[in-house]
Amino acid sequence: MSDSITVYVPRDSAALAVGADRVARAIAAEATARGLSVNLVRNGSRGMFWLEPLVEVLTPSGRVAYGPVTTKDVPALFDTGFLQGSAHALHLGLTDEIPYLKKQERLTFARMGITDPLSLADYQAHEGFAGLRRALTLAPTEVVQQVLDAGLRGRGGAAFPAGIKWKTVAATPAEQKYIVCNADEGDSGTFSDRMTMEGDPYMLIEGMTIAGIATGATKGYIYVRSEYPHAIAALNAAIGQAEAAGFLGADVLGSGKSFSLEVRKAAGSYVCGEETALLESLEGRRGIVRAKPPLPAIEGLFGKPTVINNVITLATVPIILARGADFYKNFGMGRSRGTLPFQLAGNIKQGGLVEKAFGLTLRELLYDFGGGSASGRPIKTVQVGGPLGAYVPESQWDIPLDYEAYAAVGAVVGHGGLVVHDDSADMSKLARYAMEFCAIESCGKCTPCRIGSTRGVEVIDKITLNKNRPQHEKLLRDLCDTMTNGSLCAMGSMTPYPVLSALNYYPQDFGLETPAEKAA
Amino acid sequence: MNDSTEIARSIAATHKNVPGGLLPALHGIQDALGHIPKDSVAAIASEFNLSRAEVHGVITYYHHFRSEPAGKHVVHICRAEACQSMGADALLAHASKTLGCGVHGTSADGVFTLEPAYCLGMCASSPAALIDDELHARLTPQSFDELVAQARSAT
Repeated sequence: MSDSITVYVPRDSAALAVGADRVARAIAAEATARGLSVNLVRNGSRGMFWLEPLVEVLTPSGRVAYGPVTTKDVPALFDTGFLQGSAHALHLGLTDEIPYLKKQERLTFARMGITDPLSLADYQAHEGFAGLRRALTLAPTEVVQQVLDAGLRGRGGAAFPAGIKWKTVAATPAEQKYIVCNADEGDSGTFSDRMTMEGDPYMLIEGMTIAGIATGATKGYIYVRSEYPHAIAALNAAIGQAEAAGFLGADVLGSGKSFSLEVRKAAGSYVCGEETALLESLEGRRGIVRAKPPLPAIEGLFGKPTVINNVITLATVPIILARGADFYKNFGMGRSRGTLPFQLAGNIKQGGLVEKAFGLTLRELLYDFGGGSASGRPIKTVQVGGPLGAYVPESQWDIPLDYEAYAAVGAVVGHGGLVVHDDSADMSKLARYAMEFCAIESCGKCTPCRIGSTRGVEVIDKITLNKNRPQHEKLLRDLCDTMTNGSLCAMGSMTPYPVLSALNYYPQDFGLETPAEKAA
Repeated sequence: MNDSTEIARSIAATHKNVPGGLLPALHGIQDALGHIPKDSVAAIASEFNLSRAEVHGVITYYHHFRSEPAGKHVVHICRAEACQSMGADALLAHASKTLGCGVHGTSADGVFTLEPAYCLGMCASSPAALIDDELHARLTPQSFDELVAQARSAT
């Protein structure tokens, strides 16, 4: 065979964690041994993690997938002719036809797993930098207006309109302004930021550059958690290449506008995902939450006007500029415009990334995409929106995933993480863990969070040990009320979400009567 | 003044004029020395023109920084909800027994340190662990033991 065949083995860290590097080495060695020429591309992940390592082969009819592949499978794959896309027990057909992918609406994640993350040529062949090029033809106010018109809300969890932050920073005069990317993705059940940084880093670079041009900021920081070493390495490599090619630096694409980026490594503090704590940490201090006002948009990093947005928020800006605000806002429902990369995690058979327009239901995600629990047992509950999100019971699985519809039932969509638990889950234990996590991660500045979380653990222990159970249930509710209304930031004020939802929907796990038993 | 203090001072000096440079300096020191020795705090503080209390406060605030040396291999096991739903609590208990040390502890032979992690971003492939710099997902007690044996034999 004279022509080299292209084989893709993902470099996403979730693929590496199940042996993707070993599989890539085995494929290269086997090809050499057989005298075959293989062009091995380390792509991002398609986001179907139960199939990782997912190996793809480029054939005349398209990319054909095999997975999950182990090193032991490699000789047999060659024997059956997988380089021609032949049948094999691990053969999954054309990747694009896999229902899990085909049913999605990938806007932000359009390139994910398709391109080589560090190839500028690949990026540009797939609409990369089209948004930046268009932004450079517009007045800065028009760029901000596009983001406003698209209805893009903060994807980190708070869902604040991104355009409002941008408009405020643009309108605040200062000799230096900053764009800060919050990449401190600490929520359990979430990995969309990580996938973006590892699998499509130029998209984030492009989004931040557009934000800089729109607001007059010339310097950007990406604050990445220390638990994400592969994301840090990918970003640093991508920034270096983007600078060398003129997409970043003193003269962005010959526009005369300057924008530079720097990656900063966090140090394992969950509360630094809160924007003001993050700014304190970037300034080299303990990550203690600041009181607001002043808003970061007016007095942010080093006291200067600062746009601070989550990875997905910034990474979604390029497609809004490239295709226009109308294109983007036509996805979604109500005030939740566009798409959200949902992350199916925990005890789920087909865990992974599902980007869909707002408005689908949890039941669709759990069964149509997820295929039910991994253990095969009935699903008991789903924690939506990270460790500070509510446990959503089955009675609410048909509510559309929309910021307002979820808020109406005391839940949050947050960063779009869904952690599935089967019927073996003990909700009193999970409620206790929520308080314990808050006690570990509280920055300590406000009393309800610092002290309340420790008292919360103790009170839940007393309830489960049946020490004055009715009184302690009342005390726990009272404590949650104080934390909700008296805490300085979401750490303390939202820890009651998982605690109270567990208590309200699963009282039997605390040894309490269910509403039906009470009525009887 | 010992060697490690001099290394810490020189790393701090390269970051002292960087805006918000203390965290990058502390990362650099820990990467070079494996921990941030208590007796280097004064040198770091003097480079940054901060008080020792301020530097101590920053080091002890962040879970990532350690003031004492770790074992030869550091094992982080994720304790967060997604991993819990797939048996992380049992895995942590098993790891503690296999390694012979509790959480935040180091085994008597100094080979392993066990730390909790609160999310490694492997939430669709739980339970997950980080052994030194290498991520591992979909772990079972058996596969964990194999990884530990590999690390031990590489010691």
